[in-house]
Amino acid sequence: MRRIYKQMDRLKISIGNLNLKNPVMTASGTFGFGEEYTDFFDIQALGAIIVKGTTGNKREGNPSPRMCETPMGMINAVGLQNKGVDYFCNSIYNRIKDYDTNMIVNVSGSDIEEYVTVAEKINELEKIHAIELNISCPNVKKGGMGFGTDPNMAFEVVSNVRRVYSKHLIVKLTPNVTSIVDIAKAVEDAGADSLSMINTVLAMAIDAEKRKALLSTITAGLSGPAIKPIGLRCVYQTYKAVKIPIIGLGGITNATDAIEYILAGASAIQIGTQNFINPRIGLEVINGMNEYLERHKINHIWDIRGVI
Amino acid sequence: MKYCSDFTIVENKALNPTFFRLKLQSKDKLAPVKAGQFVEIQTIQPSSVLLRRPISIHDVDEESNSLYLLIQKVGKGSNELSNLEENQTVNLIYPCGNGFDIKGNDVLLVGGGVGIAPLLYLSKCFHKQGIKPTMLMGFRTKEQMIPLDEFESFCNVYISTQDGSFGQKGLVTENTVMNHVYDTVYTCGPSPMMQSIACFFEQKGIPCFVSLENKMACGIGACLCCAQNTHEGYKCTCTDGPVFDSKEIIW
Repeated sequence: MRRIYKQMDRLKISIGNLNLKNPVMTASGTFGFGEEYTDFFDIQALGAIIVKGTTGNKREGNPSPRMCETPMGMINAVGLQNKGVDYFCNSIYNRIKDYDTNMIVNVSGSDIEEYVTVAEKINELEKIHAIELNISCPNVKKGGMGFGTDPNMAFEVVSNVRRVYSKHLIVKLTPNVTSIVDIAKAVEDAGADSLSMINTVLAMAIDAEKRKALLSTITAGLSGPAIKPIGLRCVYQTYKAVKIPIIGLGGITNATDAIEYILAGASAIQIGTQNFINPRIGLEVINGMNEYLERHKINHIWDIRGVI
Repeated sequence: MKYCSDFTIVENKALNPTFFRLKLQSKDKLAPVKAGQFVEIQTIQPSSVLLRRPISIHDVDEESNSLYLLIQKVGKGSNELSNLEENQTVNLIYPCGNGFDIKGNDVLLVGGGVGIAPLLYLSKCFHKQGIKPTMLMGFRTKEQMIPLDEFESFCNVYISTQDGSFGQKGLVTENTVMNHVYDTVYTCGPSPMMQSIACFFEQKGIPCFVSLENKMACGIGACLCCAQNTHEGYKCTCTDGPVFDSKEIIW
């Protein structure tokens, strides 16, 4: 017999061993460590908060300018500015560990050893139940080619992290590949518990009058509504090809966008750029998804997952 | 504490062909605002721009719970803001940034172009403490100037125009009021102007505070897009600034 969910349980989900109040997360790099948003709403209402990318050592990030706006999007070249994993474990962790939501750490590296070191250290933190592995970084030992752009390299980094990380392992995929499905399958084979997609789309912007690139790195990552159709396509294709759950992101600005990702096959979603525009968007999307389920008389959010 | 609140446009006044001033009123009591802080304004939706625009607070009227913004039409965002009409509603995140600390008795404020915006409320704050600052404004030409009566009620105003169409001819750094020995200098304007002013007063050992404007996405310290290179590494213009001691900055 089908279970009838109470209204408040309609959005409750479990992704592997990760239990979430609702499928709404905030994307890494767009929500700080959560603390930046506590003035605007109770961030504990969120299903999860994915905090800023953390690397083995402190990273200064890229020079200015790091951001420019493009039609319905923005390009950023922040460059993983962060104070390193030890600072996270010794200082930031203590500030954020008692929030009553899933605090997930986004992990980056420039070689496999760095990914492994960071994952091992985060594994020791009792109240961090998951990491999100950002494999869009260039592999400095393989000529700067992105880990996430080659199935073999993706497999290698994920399986190495899998050996040392015992909790929920999310792997975040880049769309800057010919076949995201091939990468997704390799990552699944390597032991990932779930996938998040998509990371930013490689892009550039030029000032014609000044005849200059608008970003210090010239090429950088596009996010915002402009990339939603790409994100939906990636989730749709991957949902048909892998068994592990997918967390969809890319250009979500409201509950309808979030529902579209679920329809394409996502089990949960992340909000990124829109946090900059509407700091309360997380809460609005949760309420809007509830309202959608009510209006369409849908028992549970996953009843419409992947129906396209 | 920052707020995300709706404000009603009560006045949109063109001050010259490219500068306009918005008066925005809150239904609720205005949060305490420090001179030099800014708002992240979102224009009425739908809009052709995605992100909010960081705009410094020009003046505050606590009695009517109103903020004034002085804005120059530069791109799509500011042009949309210039078309706002009375009674329309916009959303603000405010107050953002650290703001100016009120220091010294004999102070110089230097504004270049629309960089004069935060200096009106700053001069008002000095005036409340019985101090009349010297205010030096630089414009390309007379046509870029705005009415000065409000500034003149709080400070002694001096003008430089690059073409000599008003006040002293030349850059602000060439104006004779620069030669006085002040306690503190505050400046806001184009980066090369602030750099020259900072360098000039640093050599004299006079503290100089600069208000920077880097491209921002969030305005609340989350995105790390508005990084400013300083002697202590990259800092967020939105939360560590926009006001910095000029000695911190790597220009």
